[in-house]
Amino acid sequence: MVTSTRLSTVTTERTLTPKRSGKPDPTAHLDAAQVEALGRELDALRAEVFDSRCAADAAYIRRVITVQRSLELGSRAILLFSLFPPAWFVGTAGLSVAKILENMEIGHNVMHGQWDWMRDPKIHSTVYEWDHASPSAMWKRSHNELHHTFTNVLGRDNDLGYGIMRVDEDQRWYPSYVMQPVWNFLNACFFEYAIAAYDLELGKKVRDGALQDPEFRADGRAVLNKIRRQMTKDYVVHPLLSGPSFLHTLGANAVANLVRNVWTHSVIMCGHFPEGVETFAKESIEGETRGEWYLRQMMGSANIRGSKAMHVMTGNLSHQIEHHLFPDMPSNRYAQIAPQIQDICARYGISYTTGTLPQQVASAWRQVIKLSLPNDTSMAQTASLLARGAATGLRRRVVSALGRPRPTVAVAPAAPVARPLPIAA
Amino acid sequence: MAAALGRLAASAVTPLVPGDYLDLVAPLRAGAPLRGRVVDLVRETSDATTVVIRPGRDWAGHVPGQYVRLGVDVEGVRRWRAYSLTSHVGRTDGLIAVTVKALPGGVVSGHVATRLRRGELLHLDQATGDFTLGAHRGRTLFVTAGSGITPVMGMLRAHLAELDDVVVVHSAPRAQDVVFGTQLRAWADDGHLRLVERHTVTQGLLGVDELTDLVPDWRERQTWACGPTAMLDDVEAHWSAAGVAERMHTERFRATVTEVGDGGTVTFSRSGSVVEADGATTLLDAGEEAGVLMPSGCRMGICFGCVIGLREGTVRDLRSGETTTAVPEDGIRIQTCVSAAAGACELDV
Repeated sequence: MVTSTRLSTVTTERTLTPKRSGKPDPTAHLDAAQVEALGRELDALRAEVFDSRCAADAAYIRRVITVQRSLELGSRAILLFSLFPPAWFVGTAGLSVAKILENMEIGHNVMHGQWDWMRDPKIHSTVYEWDHASPSAMWKRSHNELHHTFTNVLGRDNDLGYGIMRVDEDQRWYPSYVMQPVWNFLNACFFEYAIAAYDLELGKKVRDGALQDPEFRADGRAVLNKIRRQMTKDYVVHPLLSGPSFLHTLGANAVANLVRNVWTHSVIMCGHFPEGVETFAKESIEGETRGEWYLRQMMGSANIRGSKAMHVMTGNLSHQIEHHLFPDMPSNRYAQIAPQIQDICARYGISYTTGTLPQQVASAWRQVIKLSLPNDTSMAQTASLLARGAATGLRRRVVSALGRPRPTVAVAPAAPVARPLPIAA
Repeated sequence: MAAALGRLAASAVTPLVPGDYLDLVAPLRAGAPLRGRVVDLVRETSDATTVVIRPGRDWAGHVPGQYVRLGVDVEGVRRWRAYSLTSHVGRTDGLIAVTVKALPGGVVSGHVATRLRRGELLHLDQATGDFTLGAHRGRTLFVTAGSGITPVMGMLRAHLAELDDVVVVHSAPRAQDVVFGTQLRAWADDGHLRLVERHTVTQGLLGVDELTDLVPDWRERQTWACGPTAMLDDVEAHWSAAGVAERMHTERFRATVTEVGDGGTVTFSRSGSVVEADGATTLLDAGEEAGVLMPSGCRMGICFGCVIGLREGTVRDLRSGETTTAVPEDGIRIQTCVSAAAGACELDV
């Protein structure tokens, strides 16, 4: 039986694990009693909000769904006449917003089970399928289960750079990362497909030579079918329905998908990549209690400050800290608890990282650019790596730098070069 | 041609279905999940309300005495309850009605009494139930109490004229608490039926001996009884003892007597495993221990990877202590990694 220690708030001792770079465990300033008190406070806050879910919350999500569907339908109707430039601009803008709303405030949050309590079979995590290349079942596994449980744990949370980038100093540096600003830009443009490949663990499967694995093949077929349906809709059916506006509608749909991809990528980058966000050593979560898990969620996430409209357009992921504490809390309630979370952070000496959207996007990009080059820690790693791996290792890195991006960074590769190295602090 | 259009529409709105958009404008259309719109609310007594509903186009009609399951969104949560249809069958306007008596602490009945508004959408199942007159049109006795009059009202409205000798013995706390009192008394005054009202506040509960004294030819009558469990148990026993059990038809509304406890017998219906689990063991752990292939994920209540159907019974959320009770038609799903048995329960895995 594997009853998770994270179900319990009881914290009797703390085991602190420094990171590989020698940096201390970021949670080291709190003792066991404080962590337990923190856990109980957050549990109580959760209970308070969950007990007060009501008709107004249900009305909120139904209103968002109605607005989104009306906007999508209206925009697509306008795009039937996309030959006329005003129709093209209005339709493309409307469809972009509709796609963003669907992915963020509806899809992502419904799949988190935020609305399961309503018992509406149409707005339920087990049945909802989103307007995205990655089938919801696969997304839920990689996102809800892995990313949300192991948030910012080096070697466990592949969202830290998605396996193609280095976004924390404690991640190993490989020469292909010199190119990571480019990877990140491409990732933004084709984000939904990158996510689908990521949810499939395509990189890992290629590296392990597991492409014939029946489970992978079934998943792969599901992804391809989903992509085929998505592409048929946006690039065949609606353009055909537009008759003489065929090419204009095709272009409009491509632009709307691009806008959605870049926007969601930017928002998601702001969640865990900006400066000030902490990462955690793999060993530090052994026997982690609920309080310790909460602590890690708060230190490992970053918010975005802004208007109500911005919050809705980010699917309230602008309240990333609140979302990571309570992933199944209805998104319209995050703003309400934010002041209390800030207060808790202040009292327990926990960083509450936030900034405006431009600030946070810039900060995340700075990290991506800065960490594309080795820092002191990774210099030592690299020198050692090169020395040990000699020519074979080097050749592989060069090949990967010129060819496809490295599939994973956080998991130690099987190659002999990857033995943990003693690093000077 | 229609099929081709359907496929085209489906490919234009994937991953949704065309119905998701049609629901925005025509929730009662043919082919939609069965719904109904509240068109009127009529206060019958201080605690009973008739809800007049325009059912969706696929409503298949009902036989007087049958009930319908209504899904009502109460404080955002869809809750299903069965109510007898009280409307006249074959109303030309196509409307149906149920009459709901507010129970003390009743989540749905209380909501209907105070919060439900005209224009709201309800969710429906098709009418069902075998508490009906069938082909019978002879001498009839109805024994009812409280809201037990509701299925009988459906029968009377449809068939009173065809029944040649009708006695209604109805119990309610006071005269003003008799649901449909005005209509029943009017029928009695016009000689369509004999009405015996029993006001229990002043006269006490009606014993089965009194009942048989009031209606001396009870053995010869086909009898339909609906009311509290104790009353139904009494009349069934009495009719059985007299050897006329086949003339007694009873309707028992779903007894909400789920035993809520700490732990219980957990049945995994698809795998066939049955285990005893204590109140601290998660259903996920209990299932895995028993070798059931349980879906699972984070094991801490956040990822919703372990959500499966609770077919029947009660479970407790280990974080909040809140219990959830289900019957098979409710379609309730739970997180097994943070839920424990709170009495006997059955999981759809």
